[in-house]
Amino acid sequence: MLVDRAATAVSVSVAIVGGTCTFGKATLFRDLDLTLAAGSWTCLLGPSGIGKTSLIRLILESTRIRGQTRAIGTGVVACDDGHPLRGRVAYMAQRDLLLPWLTVRDNVLLGRRLRGEAIDAPARGRADALIEAVGMQDAAGLRPDALSGGMRQRAALARTLFEDRPVVLMDEPFSAVDAITRVRLQDLAATLLRGRTVLLVTHDPLEALRLGHRIFVMAGRPARLGEPLHAPGNPPRPVDDPGVLALQGELLRRLAAAHS
Amino acid sequence: MMTSRALHGPARAVVIGLGLLVAWQALVMATALPPYILPDPLRVMTALVVHAASIGRHAAITLTEIVLGLGIGIALGAASALLIVAFRPARRWLLPLLVVSQAVPVFALAPLLVLWLGYGLASKVAMAAVIIYFPVTAAFSDGLRRADPGWLDLALSMDASRLASLRHIRAPAALPALASGVRVATAVAPIGAVVGEWVGASAGLGYLMLHANARMQIDLMFAALLILGAIAVALYFAVDRLLKRLMPWQPESSPAED
Ligand SMILES: Nc1ncnc2c1ncn2[C@@H]1O[C@H](COP(=O)(O)OP(=O)(O)OP(=O)(O)O)[C@@H](O)[C@H]1O
Ligand SMILES: [Mg+2]
Repeated sequence: MLVDRAATAVSVSVAIVGGTCTFGKATLFRDLDLTLAAGSWTCLLGPSGIGKTSLIRLILESTRIRGQTRAIGTGVVACDDGHPLRGRVAYMAQRDLLLPWLTVRDNVLLGRRLRGEAIDAPARGRADALIEAVGMQDAAGLRPDALSGGMRQRAALARTLFEDRPVVLMDEPFSAVDAITRVRLQDLAATLLRGRTVLLVTHDPLEALRLGHRIFVMAGRPARLGEPLHAPGNPPRPVDDPGVLALQGELLRRLAAAHS
Repeated sequence: MMTSRALHGPARAVVIGLGLLVAWQALVMATALPPYILPDPLRVMTALVVHAASIGRHAAITLTEIVLGLGIGIALGAASALLIVAFRPARRWLLPLLVVSQAVPVFALAPLLVLWLGYGLASKVAMAAVIIYFPVTAAFSDGLRRADPGWLDLALSMDASRLASLRHIRAPAALPALASGVRVATAVAPIGAVVGEWVGASAGLGYLMLHANARMQIDLMFAALLILGAIAVALYFAVDRLLKRLMPWQPESSPAED
């Protein structure tokens, strides 16, 4: 059921050029450039409040069509194939954003409903398969208020994977689950999103090193992105992978520097 | 918790009812007012029994007016709120109109409504609908505008049209706000109906009260008032129950609050 369409999905790279975001007097970042390489995972770390979520939202806002104003910042977001990003991006926010009046299954199916697509048997089957993959099969018929924080996050992950988009933006997707579930979900996401262009924001260096091809640390005000760390080998890497362990020290040093 | 509250609800209503009766009787005895100013409970109960058929007929009419007024007022209010939020021009034209409709004391409209719509049901239904229109519109449009921006970002990533996100996200998210508007509406709709009846009618509890008053049948007037109160309270609790059933995801405040 969980068809791995990595082979068929055309990967696209997304470039943010001159990204600028200002709230009141504080400039979170100015003229920031970042390219999400086609078909690979880009990880973004940095101190709390530095502007990671704002950067993700800036990318998302670029898909807004004219007339929908509420903008978070300015900058150009372009795909290398020249087509707009709209319609090709899935977004998992820092908060789960589950709709409280829908069951887990209906939340997973939300995208189809919003696009006016039929909720047919194949769609329902795929939703159920994803719900099972995140270990939520017993809760598929429950509403979010009956779920724990980690369960809500897993439901949101299932909803994101269901969208099946070539570009995926994820803001701390595994922050609320226990360590073992986290590793399992990381493996699941790495498998299902292989070949997609992914931007993953996280506070967990190990997570970044397991999943990322390139790892950026965001620091300073206005914030800048340093040179990325390149993690060798294919994700998901084992937690005791020598390449992962070798880079851990360096990544922690950079994070510590970002805090000072 | 649930069972003790379920037990207490009706029991409490009975206690409150009995308490009011006792206080009423005490007031009558203490003030020694003549029965044509303040009749005692027994007299009113007698009137209730004697005039049961007539009171029932008038009550059915008033209840019909209230329910129709509620339905129409809520439908119009909800539709206006959707319009205001969905189309910017509608906001510019409808909003001032709404404010004006509230600035004019709506009861002043009652004679006009009777003049235009006649002595029958229509003018009372219109009166009830007019006075609940604003609270419903205000509550619902407020709720529609306060949808979590995160949800709208999510809808954006899912290529939702404005209409689709209004239908699938903002409208359901605003239902609890609409519900509080509907509760207010349920509480004030009887006022609209009765005021309409006072201005000009040939039936209904409001008419019956005026009629009884003019003939110094104060006990009958009180009996009608009693039934009107019972209708209003029963309607409110029925609507409240219904709204809670329709929105099971809406968290109840803890029963420990009182
Ligand atoms: N809508 C907003 N209005 C005003 N200020 C905002 C808004 N959104 C974010 N900010 C501010 O921008 C700064 C960066 O916020 P952002 O959410 O991007 O941080 P973050 O890097 O994602 O942090 P965290 O790791 O804690 O999630 C914060 O100081 C926050 O207060
Ligand atoms: Mg954040």
